[in-house]
Amino acid sequence: MTITNDGSAATRRLILKGAGAVALVGLGNTAFVFAPALAAANDKYPEEAFKQKADADAIKALYGKTAEPSDKVKLDAPEIAENGAVVPVSVSSSLPDVASISIFVSENPNALAASYKIPAGTLPNVANRLKMAKTTNVIAIVEAGGKLYSTSKEIKVTVGGCGG
Amino acid sequence: MASTIRVRATSSGETTEVQALIQHPMDTGLVKDPKGELIPPHFIQQLTFEYDGKNVFLADWGPAVSKDPYVKFSFKGGKKGDDLKISWVDNKGASDTTTAKIQ
Repeated sequence: MTITNDGSAATRRLILKGAGAVALVGLGNTAFVFAPALAAANDKYPEEAFKQKADADAIKALYGKTAEPSDKVKLDAPEIAENGAVVPVSVSSSLPDVASISIFVSENPNALAASYKIPAGTLPNVANRLKMAKTTNVIAIVEAGGKLYSTSKEIKVTVGGCGG
Repeated sequence: MASTIRVRATSSGETTEVQALIQHPMDTGLVKDPKGELIPPHFIQQLTFEYDGKNVFLADWGPAVSKDPYVKFSFKGGKKGDDLKISWVDNKGASDTTTAKIQ
C-alpha cells in the first residue's frame, strides 16, 4: 500500500491560514462564515444532532423522522472490541438512491458519531473507526429515496474509549 | 510541516476507491490530562472530497470518531492522474487541504 503525500499542501495551508487571520481581524463575525465555506458551500454541520444524548433524539434532530429496520442495510463491526478507542465500523447498502449514511453509538455520551453525505455517483459504502464508551448498540441509518432504513448490532467493549 | 492528510485514491477503471488518514487528536472534552484538568474538545467537524469541481463525499464528524481518523469510500468515475481535493475543518476553525493524484 502506498500513500501519496502532497508537498505543496504546506504552502496552501499557509495561504489559508493567512486568509483566516485577515477575516478574523478585519471583518469579525465573517470568520464564522469563512470556516464552513471552506469545507462545503451548502452543507451545514448538524450541530444540534451531535449535541443530542439519546440515539432516538439524535436521529430525530438529524433527519426529522424515524427509520424502519431493513436487511438492505449492512453493518460490519467486530462482536467484541478489545479497545473501545478504535473500533472499525463499516456500513453498506444495496438500496438505490442513497443520499446519506449515519452511524449512532447508543451508549456514548452523544449518540451520533458520524454522518456521511453520499452524492449521486458515490457508492453507498463507507468504512471508518469510532470510539465506544462501553458495550453498546450501534445503529446504522441509510437515507434512500427520502426514507430512512436502519440496522443495529451490539458490540461488546472490553476497555472503553471515551476516557473517564 | 507536512500535510495532516494522507490519501490513497485508486482507480479500477469504473470506480475510484479512496482511503484517507488524517492526523488529528479528536479530543472529546471528556478526558483529563495528567494534572486532572479536562482536555477541551478538539475534533474535525467536516471533511470533504472534491473531484472535477464536485463534492464526491462529505463527512460530518463528532468527537466519537477515533483519534487520527480513517475513512474509506468509493465513487464512480475518476481517471488515473486526475486530482482529488481533500479538506477538513475542526471545531476550533483550523483547517487543512491537500490534493492527491488518483492512481
